[in-house]
Amino acid sequence: MRLLLLLTLLIWASPGLAVIETYEFDSTDLEERYFDLTAELRCPKCQNQNIADSNAPIAADLRKQLHTQLHAGKSDAEIADYMVQRYGEFVLYRPRWSGKTALLWLAPALLLIAALAILVAVLRRSGTSTQQLEQADRAELQDLLNVPRGTGERNSRD
Amino acid sequence: MGRLKLFLPLGLFVVLTLFLARGLQLDPKELPSALIDKPFPEFSLPALADGRQLSRADVIGQPSLFNVWATWCISCRVEHPWLQQLADAGVPIIGVNYKDESDAAREWLVQLGDPYRHNIVDAEGTLGLDLGVYGAPETYLVDSNGVIRYRHVGVIDDRIWAERLEPLFRELD
Repeated sequence: MRLLLLLTLLIWASPGLAVIETYEFDSTDLEERYFDLTAELRCPKCQNQNIADSNAPIAADLRKQLHTQLHAGKSDAEIADYMVQRYGEFVLYRPRWSGKTALLWLAPALLLIAALAILVAVLRRSGTSTQQLEQADRAELQDLLNVPRGTGERNSRD
Repeated sequence: MGRLKLFLPLGLFVVLTLFLARGLQLDPKELPSALIDKPFPEFSLPALADGRQLSRADVIGQPSLFNVWATWCISCRVEHPWLQQLADAGVPIIGVNYKDESDAAREWLVQLGDPYRHNIVDAEGTLGLDLGVYGAPETYLVDSNGVIRYRHVGVIDDRIWAERLEPLFRELD
């Protein structure tokens, strides 16, 4: 039981070890931007991690660079440009709007529109078929009603 | 019309298969360099041999390979004999000793041989950062105007050289 507890605690401890170095910031604003940017920049080496989570040497270098540039008064866009110039669009987890990425950005909206169009078409079709059914039913009912008394055995369905 | 509709799932399946087959052929680890057709970055860093300052102008001038290496990089040891072979054949190779200890690096060159015309000491990885290096070994083909023409990530062996780098190098030469 105690072992299990220890192991559980160890699992909890691993995120704490992920990033080794600590930086000091002149203001909480810079600190917030640092954490936002490290979360949005992708590590070129270990491809499905951001540079905040990765402990690859290159991610540490990029964090250091980020810290230096934030204190040099660079804007988020300038820092993103700096990274893209060296590592390509790949480093941005949130790709920029361009001809290449247009489809990527528009795809959710296009898919939603397509889904709505299909939904409307399906609903409309099922609506008309029930109406047809009702008309058929009505005609049958009329038939039944028109049958003279005493010949009730017969109906229109035979 | 109704009968054609029956083929819809098959059609979807074929389209999906084509996309997935294409996905299998792509290497997600292959990251194109952002510096292709861009000038080799400026730098001022010491030479490994004697510590004098090297700058971009000292190493640019003829089609050459810029090889990013380090003694901590195991693949670099695998790559070393191939580089030596290329150097012996007259291909200019300039080393970027990336985030390494200079003593260990000099020791390595004494023991294994030195295929490099120059070796730039990039202890902090600043040149590496400007080049968009994300690991070692990496090799850049730079033309006589100092423009980067190709980047290979990983070991250069005879196959990689013959298939990818040599044709480009011959073209520049």
